[in-house]
Amino acid sequence: MSALLDGLGAAAIAAGALFFLAGTVGLLRFPDPLSRVHALAKADAVGLGLIVLGLLPHAADVATGAKLVAVWALVQLAGTAASQLLASAARRGAASG
Amino acid sequence: MSAGLALDAGIVALLLCAAGAAVAARSAFAGVVGFLAYGLALALAWVRLAAVDVALTEAAVSALTGVLLLGAAVRLRASEAAVAAERPSRGLRLAAALLCSAVAAGLAAVVLAFADPAPSLAPDAARRLPATGLDNPVTAALLSWRAVDTLLEKVVLLAGLLAVWSLAHDRAWGGRPGPPPRATRDGALALLARLLPPIGIVTGVYLVWTAADHPGGAFPGSTLLAAMWVLARMAGAVDAPAVGDPRLRAALVAGPLAFFAVGFAGYAWADGFLAYPAGWAKPLIVAIEIPMTISVAAALALLVAGPPVRAPSR
Repeated sequence: MSALLDGLGAAAIAAGALFFLAGTVGLLRFPDPLSRVHALAKADAVGLGLIVLGLLPHAADVATGAKLVAVWALVQLAGTAASQLLASAARRGAASG
Repeated sequence: MSAGLALDAGIVALLLCAAGAAVAARSAFAGVVGFLAYGLALALAWVRLAAVDVALTEAAVSALTGVLLLGAAVRLRASEAAVAAERPSRGLRLAAALLCSAVAAGLAAVVLAFADPAPSLAPDAARRLPATGLDNPVTAALLSWRAVDTLLEKVVLLAGLLAVWSLAHDRAWGGRPGPPPRATRDGALALLARLLPPIGIVTGVYLVWTAADHPGGAFPGSTLLAAMWVLARMAGAVDAPAVGDPRLRAALVAGPLAFFAVGFAGYAWADGFLAYPAGWAKPLIVAIEIPMTISVAAALALLVAGPPVRAPSR
């Protein structure tokens, strides 16, 4: 059981790291602000979610696991709100300039 | 190579890249972005060195200075091209390069000349910790053994705020900073300003309270409290107070006043300035920390708000 959990956890963390890599490549390569924000937001949301999921089986107790989930939820909240703000600022900038 | 060592090497590489990007940036704005990344990487480095108190303070300080510097960079944008076009003479540039190299070489020499093992007060600190009634040696150093340094830091913060206020126009003196609040039409910002402050305020108070025994501290806690107020102000939910408001002035000086009061009382009940009577160290430190948190949070929030621009209402 624990070997299975370890394997699943490692796979989730690897997949999360891949999302971060893809998000970074997107940030560097995408042509306009809106698609760059889109790339970063996906990396934050899904990448961090997968990494937290992969770390959960290793959490020493329920409180540590809850903290991990809370970190993800807070990043989710701040990241999505910041992406919205960046996107609306980029649209205003495009409209005026 | 172990995983820990690889992680440390990665953080060091990140630090060097961010520092290089901050220095080499062509525009002030890009330089500040590099500085922000540098502060984050530095906080990670302190966590790896098991100095969580320092990491929290570094994260708080770099976020705060980052916000202040970003504001300055945006204000200076209009004149930036003219400043960049001015090229200092060859002699001046040579002198700057020589001076900077001398400082870098001096720092390197000092680091390389460290005694091995490095001199440490850690065993002394660990031995004397029980006398303070605290479990966190960092808090003991900040508020018991080196309390006078901490006191002076807070007073300097007030002096900085006075410097910002002194940029105000004569007719705005005593008035409110920034434009009047306007409820944001941005749904995301409004949502964030409603959801985050309850969490941030509880976390900020917790950081102050737990500092006696665990990593935390009045400064990171105050920064978090100030940040929550700045967020609510950005969303147009609260207005900045008039800088002439006596209640605001009282909040700003409450911390240093409590510190000075306890400090001078040390002559009466112990053996000198900022000395605590035996067994009373912890309650006195808590009595200083609470007004100090209010003062620091108010000072930081007003530093971000800037000088008053609206004339006081009469």
